[in-house]
Amino acid sequence: MERNPQLNANGELTHLLSIEGLPREILVQILDTAESFAGVTEREVKKVPLLRGKSVFNLFFEPSTRTRTTFEIAAKRLSADVINLNIAVSSATKGESLLDTVANLSAMQADIFVVRHASSGAPFLIARHVKPHEHVVNAGDGRHAHPTQGLLDLFTIRHYKKDFTRLTVAIVGDVLHSRVARSLIHGLTTLGVPEVRVIGPQTLVPAGVEALGVRVCHDMKVGLKDADVVVMLRLQNERMRGALLPSAQEFFKHYGLTSEKLSLARKDAIVMHPGPMNRGVEIDSSVADGPHSVILPQVTFGIAVRMAVMSIVAGN
Amino acid sequence: MRLHIKNGRVIDPASGKDGAGDVFVVDGKISNEGGKADKVIDAKGLVVAPGFIDLSARLREPGFEYKATLESEMNAAVAGGVTSLACPPDTDPPLDEPGLVDMLRRRAKSLERARVYPVGALTVKLEGTTLTEMGLLADAGCVAFSQANVPLADTQVLWRALQYAATFGFSVWLRAEDAWLGKSGVAHDGDVATRLGLPGIPAFAETIALATLLELVRATRARVHICRLSSAGGVEMMRAAKKEGLPVSCDVGIHHVHLCDRDLGFFDSNCRLDPPLRSQRDRDALSQALADGAVDCVCSDHTPVDDDGKHLPFAEAEAGATGLELLLPLTLKWGAARKLNLAQTLARITSDPARILGTASGRLSAGAPADITLFDPQASLRVSADSLKSQGKNTPFLGYELQGRVKATIVNGNVVYEG
Repeated sequence: MERNPQLNANGELTHLLSIEGLPREILVQILDTAESFAGVTEREVKKVPLLRGKSVFNLFFEPSTRTRTTFEIAAKRLSADVINLNIAVSSATKGESLLDTVANLSAMQADIFVVRHASSGAPFLIARHVKPHEHVVNAGDGRHAHPTQGLLDLFTIRHYKKDFTRLTVAIVGDVLHSRVARSLIHGLTTLGVPEVRVIGPQTLVPAGVEALGVRVCHDMKVGLKDADVVVMLRLQNERMRGALLPSAQEFFKHYGLTSEKLSLARKDAIVMHPGPMNRGVEIDSSVADGPHSVILPQVTFGIAVRMAVMSIVAGN
Repeated sequence: MRLHIKNGRVIDPASGKDGAGDVFVVDGKISNEGGKADKVIDAKGLVVAPGFIDLSARLREPGFEYKATLESEMNAAVAGGVTSLACPPDTDPPLDEPGLVDMLRRRAKSLERARVYPVGALTVKLEGTTLTEMGLLADAGCVAFSQANVPLADTQVLWRALQYAATFGFSVWLRAEDAWLGKSGVAHDGDVATRLGLPGIPAFAETIALATLLELVRATRARVHICRLSSAGGVEMMRAAKKEGLPVSCDVGIHHVHLCDRDLGFFDSNCRLDPPLRSQRDRDALSQALADGAVDCVCSDHTPVDDDGKHLPFAEAEAGATGLELLLPLTLKWGAARKLNLAQTLARITSDPARILGTASGRLSAGAPADITLFDPQASLRVSADSLKSQGKNTPFLGYELQGRVKATIVNGNVVYEG
């Protein structure tokens, strides 16, 4: 089998495609680097010159506002030039192939491609075809991975809980379609979290997910018991009604996070959500805005984490 | 024209013969005596075997000439030692009219390479609603009727199709895949697909469809050949069905006895196959069943795909792998792993598929068509885009070193390939 395509011959991170397969040291290096950038974002002059003269191409084949914006801010704080391409409404609809699009942009002297694509594995395909000095950062591919989100989740957990090796983390909702859940699970198990639970109805829990090192709970009350961290996943609108689920209301009844259900978790539990939230579907407003919620700090940390990732891959 | 093949190790799986000997060919037939030969072939160090028979090879004509042409794929066939091949009806347009079948056969014949046996469409345009004119298609040369990889969702149409085929004694070759459970999936539903975030096709998409098919065979007594079995559960059902005496047979694709879902690695689109590569357990069951006879034979399921069809994210990539030229080395590799002798191994690509195809070739007995392959079982072959004659370079085995090289291929007494 081929070498892990995100590491170079020295085992250093040259693309960030997935958290799976990354050694613990690299994850810690990213989190530590992000820690050092967290200060930058609070300074009056919020810039460091690490990527001065470099071009970051935001290649979004799938619409996104939040992730694209935070990557843009992160790149600008590293003094890079940022070019945003909303491919969903340009080349792709004109029939240009993914690799042709990338080859064309590569000819415009890109240094980093930040890629979001609806198909699992698309950033791997791109990484296999870019020039040696170009780097690919996966900003979400299909159901497969969203590694910077996973890393910012890890950063948030470390910020509030310090030690990974004593935690119980519960991930709730649509795990089947969630790239966020997959990336976070790989990160948590790599960093030594002893108990990771996924909670949802059978229709939203993918086959064989136990092989990733998690415990499956279909009863949320069992799953939340003594949890230190509760991660709520977004339920896409189109999946709220159909063969996977009868209705959003019924989903909320069983798997929506309310203060009452949250009381089963530890007193100092934190509640996370990758956003955007569906209030009243996966999470009650009283919890989203309540004292356990760290949902807004997650967004802030996201910038520092993306700065860390881009500066590390560009340096390798 | 008289041929004398001497000094070879002659293996005829149909009779179990394996030993030094001569093979004589007179006027396109295998003969006991040669008389004065027009041509003598020295087969020293080579195995002389019946030409290989492949129950599924896509030639891509008509309709997909940009992926491959009849000429390129027929060259690939004989370079792989394949002297007879059945081509599934999923061309564009599909093989649902006698004129198309006739044209394909003429084109193939004019190239003077392997024998081509078209498999006709079971339903018009493979749409699963209207039966094709099976009688007229059979007259035009179709050896069986199939839906290729398009599942027939409407079980009433399926029932009628089997009744109709049974009436006239036509064979029906079908994949066992439930139309709904297989919908939108691209990989075996299991932990690998979960890790990679790929929509899954559960193994029971095969066993549920197979249960339906077997029940319809019981009701209609149609002769049904199950194509490309992929799961351990499917293997057990076929075992039981044969024991019961149902008129069924089955094959497996050569990739499925060697590879499993772990081989997808980092989204290798060359491992995007139809049916999907399943778990290690399924692969081991298929390999075992091919050895013990529960699975009758192995085919290449040759599907040349161009780079545009494969250089795509996994789920968007076109399914299929090129295989005609790898059928021999991969079958030898399987036989060696199963500790079978060469005659037993070669039976799965000669006499066994011949039985299903209903042809007289696939054996070296006197009077049989002189379709013969000479190969060096020891010589190695490095699989690369350059080494493949097929226009499709899409194989998970790129870069592999495999053993077994075809040195000469004879069809109807004519040497059509020399390597």
